[in-house]
Amino acid sequence: MLDLQPLIEKFGLTQSEFRGNRRVVVAADRVYSLLETLKNSHGFNMLIDVTCVDYLEYEGATDRFGVVYCLLNMSTGDRLIVKTLINDPTPTLPTVTTLWMGADWMEREVYDMFGITFTGHHDLRRILMPDEFSAFPLRKDYPLKGRGERHNFPVITRSES
Amino acid sequence: MPLTASPTTTPDAPDQEYLWTLNFGPQHPATHTTLRLVLTLDGERVVNSVPHIGYLHSGFEKLGEHLDFNQYVTIVDRMNYLSPLANEISWHHAVEKLLNIELTPRCKYLRTILAELMRLHDHLLNCGTSALDLGAFTAFLYFFEQRELIYDIVEYASGQRFHTSYTRVGGVMFDVNNDWVEKVRSFTKQFRKTHDEVHRLLTRNRIFMDRTKGIGVLSKEQAINLSCTGPVARASGVVRDLRKDEPYLAYKDLDFKVICSQGGDCYARYLVRMQEMIESVQIIEQAIENIPAGPVNVDVGSHVVLPAKPAVYRSIEGLIQHFEVNMPNKGYEVPHEEIYAATESPNGELGFYIVGQDSTRAYRARTRPPSYIHFAVFPHIIKGHMLSDVVAVLGSLNIIAAELDR
Repeated sequence: MLDLQPLIEKFGLTQSEFRGNRRVVVAADRVYSLLETLKNSHGFNMLIDVTCVDYLEYEGATDRFGVVYCLLNMSTGDRLIVKTLINDPTPTLPTVTTLWMGADWMEREVYDMFGITFTGHHDLRRILMPDEFSAFPLRKDYPLKGRGERHNFPVITRSES
Repeated sequence: MPLTASPTTTPDAPDQEYLWTLNFGPQHPATHTTLRLVLTLDGERVVNSVPHIGYLHSGFEKLGEHLDFNQYVTIVDRMNYLSPLANEISWHHAVEKLLNIELTPRCKYLRTILAELMRLHDHLLNCGTSALDLGAFTAFLYFFEQRELIYDIVEYASGQRFHTSYTRVGGVMFDVNNDWVEKVRSFTKQFRKTHDEVHRLLTRNRIFMDRTKGIGVLSKEQAINLSCTGPVARASGVVRDLRKDEPYLAYKDLDFKVICSQGGDCYARYLVRMQEMIESVQIIEQAIENIPAGPVNVDVGSHVVLPAKPAVYRSIEGLIQHFEVNMPNKGYEVPHEEIYAATESPNGELGFYIVGQDSTRAYRARTRPPSYIHFAVFPHIIKGHMLSDVVAVLGSLNIIAAELDR
């Protein structure tokens, strides 16, 4: 199992563990260099998942968004969850597609659902929602029923086409 | 092959004017569900492909934040509809890890058997349809007959053929009886015969081999770099199976092999799936003979599990607990914590990232969908192949659009 102590000192991490999940929280400006170190020097060669949590209504939360990277070391089976906290008005993070190509669509989904921009991503477009959609649906201030996009969706009738 | 990002804009340099664009899908018999590919072709050769997805997006993760842990299971089993129970087991595996519930031995074995039946269920359809897309109709029909038997078994247990919603926090909806055990036994007895027949139809079939060998090759480095898991990764030589590496349910007690291959092409993925079916049948045979007696749900006194219906209707304690579990301000004690838990679904690592809050609803219920991650691989491995290989590669990656779009 990876000894986190040198990394904690180097990157100023906060470490915690819950039911066997080891997690670290890192500042947003250091997340790329931490992930790069983890991949190149500590064997975390697989990126299992990139996801995001909107902490708008979460009790005791101080920051708006938490972007979560789930990493896996294929040779030892070691897992590590790296979380970084970012805020409005411009939630931005550097892309990790340069480290793992698998991050491509995962980052696009996070952008699509939460509006977090990944700088350096080669193709940051909406993926699940239509291109003309303007909101970010998984944010907590977006209502479950939507804002009427469905009713106002542009429809081409037969006579207009 | 070096890993480079695929350019997503159509090359519009003057010397490439002869390239033409083909729109494949969203409604096409070979895509099986709703997904769209924009292919740039040089004659019949694929130069570039840009997948457009989201046609089936229905906001499952948003719904997960508004339904409680037991209600969301009805949404979860609509994700990968080829193996609905595997999704339910995975979801409740994550919830039980968050709530720190230890299942009863009987429930562990029961869920293991159901998860393996779902693996058969998924692989049967996948091997059948990937052959169907290449023109081999018979294998599909042979396999569908077996799927029909699994439907019967699942219906006998849960009352539903397809979207079973069978698991509950701390157990299952209701216990199975001896007739069900007998049904599973008779299924496993006759399964190998059909498997063998299809094996003889396809595995050494000249046309099938020509259409799948060397097509859509995914190297081991690529598979790891592109986050592939499950049969897709194992066919590329990645030795990883969560059932072995992080044993959950009853897999620790059972004897089975992790099936891997070196090829990384469509044929290797087909072989891995075919052999995994045999392993699954072996797991079921072992588990069904050793299924422990005792209660299937965790103790009612723990205040987490929905009591059985007779207890709800005939005893005051059962009624109180039924209400308490369903009330948003009572029920479970959910820690103010976050958790990632995954199981080996037929398609790969199906994980859930759950953020708990002081309520029976998840604050965030993220799914790690294997289909989504495998479809991102598609543009990388289709380059340079023929147009007719598109369906072979799509079939071998086992893209389920409902899970892809959620």
